[in-house]
Amino acid sequence: MNIYRSHVLICGGTGCTSSKSDKLQEKFEKLLVEKELDKEVKVVRTGCFGLCEAGPIIIVYPEGSFYSQVKIDDVEEIIEEHLLKGRIVKRLLFKDAIVEDIVKSVDEVDFYKKQKRIALKNCGVINPEDIDEYIALDGYLALGKALTEMTPEEVIETVKDSGLRGRGGGGFPTGLKWGFTAKAEGNQKYVLCNADEGDPGAFMDRSILEGDPHSVIEAMALAGYAIGSNQGYVYIRAEYPIAVERLQIAINQAREKGLLGKNIFGSDFDFDMEIRLGAGAFVCGEETALIASIEGERGMPRNKPPYPANKGLWQKPTLINNVETYANVAQIILHGADWFKEMGTEKSPGTKVFALGGKINNTGLIEIPMGTTLREVIYEVGGGIPNGKKFKAVQTGGPSGGCITSESLDTPIDFDSLTSIGSMMGSGGMIVMDEDDCMVDIARFFLDFTVEESCGKCPPCRIGTKRMLEILEKITSGKGEPEDLDRLERLAENIKVSSLCGLGQTAPNPVLSTLKHFRHEYEAHVNEKRCPFPHLRINSI
Amino acid sequence: MDTVIIKINDERVEVPNDFTILQAAKKMGIDIPTLCYDERLESHAACRMCVVEVEGARNLQTSCSLKVADGMEIKTHSERVIQARKDILDLLWANHPNDCLTCEKSGECKLQEYCYKYDVKETTFEGKRKNYEIDDSSPFFYNNQNKCINCGKCVRVCSELQHTNAIGFSERGFNTHVSTPFEIGIDNSVCVSCGNCVSVCPVGALMPKSKEKFRLWETKKVRTTCSYCGVGCQMDLLVKDNKVVGVQPANGPSNNGLLCVKGKFGFNFINHPDRLNKPLIKKDGQFVESSWEEAYGLIVEKVNNIKSEKGSEVFAGFTSARCTNEENYLFQKLFRAGIGTNSVDHCARL
Repeated sequence: MNIYRSHVLICGGTGCTSSKSDKLQEKFEKLLVEKELDKEVKVVRTGCFGLCEAGPIIIVYPEGSFYSQVKIDDVEEIIEEHLLKGRIVKRLLFKDAIVEDIVKSVDEVDFYKKQKRIALKNCGVINPEDIDEYIALDGYLALGKALTEMTPEEVIETVKDSGLRGRGGGGFPTGLKWGFTAKAEGNQKYVLCNADEGDPGAFMDRSILEGDPHSVIEAMALAGYAIGSNQGYVYIRAEYPIAVERLQIAINQAREKGLLGKNIFGSDFDFDMEIRLGAGAFVCGEETALIASIEGERGMPRNKPPYPANKGLWQKPTLINNVETYANVAQIILHGADWFKEMGTEKSPGTKVFALGGKINNTGLIEIPMGTTLREVIYEVGGGIPNGKKFKAVQTGGPSGGCITSESLDTPIDFDSLTSIGSMMGSGGMIVMDEDDCMVDIARFFLDFTVEESCGKCPPCRIGTKRMLEILEKITSGKGEPEDLDRLERLAENIKVSSLCGLGQTAPNPVLSTLKHFRHEYEAHVNEKRCPFPHLRINSI
Repeated sequence: MDTVIIKINDERVEVPNDFTILQAAKKMGIDIPTLCYDERLESHAACRMCVVEVEGARNLQTSCSLKVADGMEIKTHSERVIQARKDILDLLWANHPNDCLTCEKSGECKLQEYCYKYDVKETTFEGKRKNYEIDDSSPFFYNNQNKCINCGKCVRVCSELQHTNAIGFSERGFNTHVSTPFEIGIDNSVCVSCGNCVSVCPVGALMPKSKEKFRLWETKKVRTTCSYCGVGCQMDLLVKDNKVVGVQPANGPSNNGLLCVKGKFGFNFINHPDRLNKPLIKKDGQFVESSWEEAYGLIVEKVNNIKSEKGSEVFAGFTSARCTNEENYLFQKLFRAGIGTNSVDHCARL
């Protein structure tokens, strides 16, 4: 094994790849060979560093120099100055990584200081296409420990004790789910991973699969051992090509090493898994629709009960968790439930990954301990609102969530507190709005999304959300009447209680919460017959 | 079978533990409205009309899918439930043509029935409505998606019972509609025109191409056995003014409420002017109506003559699958014992 004096970590997440980090890697590798440095300096293509705003990002170790927005022409300078002469290229450092001419390493940058990385532990650290790098950082140690030292019941107990709750949005206790599926009767059981992340602006699961696919594979194998299943499926949307490719590479490598397949770690436990591609329907992130889609049916939700734990994929007991949930599991098994409980809050232990977006300086991916306040996230990790504008609201939970106003900025983030202030954790989208944003238009944007994505099965969602959107469009185009607000509210409540699945039941939330906190903006539209804000329609966030 | 005790509308009842709430309510004579429910199909829980209030549950529950549990307390017609049903009807109406006056389904349309029952007199919503071209490519029925309420019964009957899978849902959200794959039209699809989709449609979206104008309330239902083959499907003939104007499947032991294309749509011969109602005898090169006595007499005479001249073996009998088993039995008996030949056969053997 070669010992390198320097490592150049290049972000290979979707954000940085789209700003041509792959070309940077080629150039680095080419120039290093030319300058005969390739035996001394290793280039590693990693997963997402999180700070997508500043991409493409390169970190050079051992210094931890955090270069941002690196261009192809900068590569030569980094090699010449930094890697040959040992002089950090200050002009290329991320703005917070150099304060009053003092260079900070990546860990000291504000963006990372408040973060605690468990699910994203290896993202931006290892090469996700090399299983040895994962193993070098204790990868598959948890699986080995479980198979050789723990009974399936002990694995479930540990997950239960840790208090881990589903990171896909529902916050259901993961250990309980595992327990139910373990107890369910059936000769065949399945372990599913929900990687059909679809909230606008959310890319937590994508980044985990792109940056650390083995953490999910290991956790699914652990789940298989715990519930008595030998087959897993990862349902992932086809619009995540990098994640799909890296996950497939990871599965293949795990098979080669005997970490998937027959008699794993010499035990009598067999487990293997396959990828199933989704065609991009948001509703397929709903677990029963996801199951229908894997079965080859149209992706429409099924009524619950029966729950997947009893009757899931092909009517067999099925455990389904999302990517981020799985990404926590191996760590919990390895370090124990108490270690996990030390982080976060009592009822929501651990951390949560959020995709920060909208009117915020540090757009990107963050992982914070539960209990961190929204203010800390927005002003410290997120670096505040651009252009000195005033904060107006933050939307959590994506199109299923609600907006949170400045009065609630000191709320500690956890499942229950977000629900109590009228929003929800959701899968981790966090979109910040400033004083220029029209909240009616924000509600219209999210509703437009759910109307598009409704599967059409039940009338409240199929027709009701469309009617809501029409009323909203009437209001935003200055044609609203005072009674439209009541009509909107009543219809929203009706859709909430009578829709079949979570998509419909939560679709009215953005409207209800903006009506609650910003009713005056709705009224202004109706009374003034126009939008009172410099009206920029949001088509994408 | 284990049973559980539940309370529906404050009345205690003991029911099998695999019952749904809907089945339990039915047993008690409580009518819960449904649009997408069919006892022969997997529960779909889509229409939301059958919602009930279950003590302890956050949201309303669909009674067609939720199984009973010991101690469950259910309200089938509480104020909240009735309001939810009204809201659903309001929404369905908001995307349905308001043409009951001329709609052929009027009188047996479930949407019409429930709007009447729940006092939904108009929709409270404006907005876009469906606007699809009517697919009239099938020789037997129309698919008018503008009237469809997306209950999915047609799709599920086609898939789960008929196993043809000719139709499914296309697009999603507000644009969801029932069609053939790639919108190629019913006639170009794998549809076998069994019409079971038409029979289960609760509204006027799938309607037979009827030759007669009639209202359901003008007809009398006559239960009979389909005459086309030996399966013995049960059906109701819709009879108006002594004329068969339509067929609805009935639930018999051999057909489970299903029919095939012949049984469902092949009834026009019954009242067709070309249909022979009396025997014809050729006299002087012309067919002339005669009495059955005369016709039978002629047949017997000719058979006897031929038999005595040429023997029994020159005869062969061929009967039809449209006769009953008893008739076919008698036919072969006639040929074997009466005429004296074993040359007797039946079309269904081919």
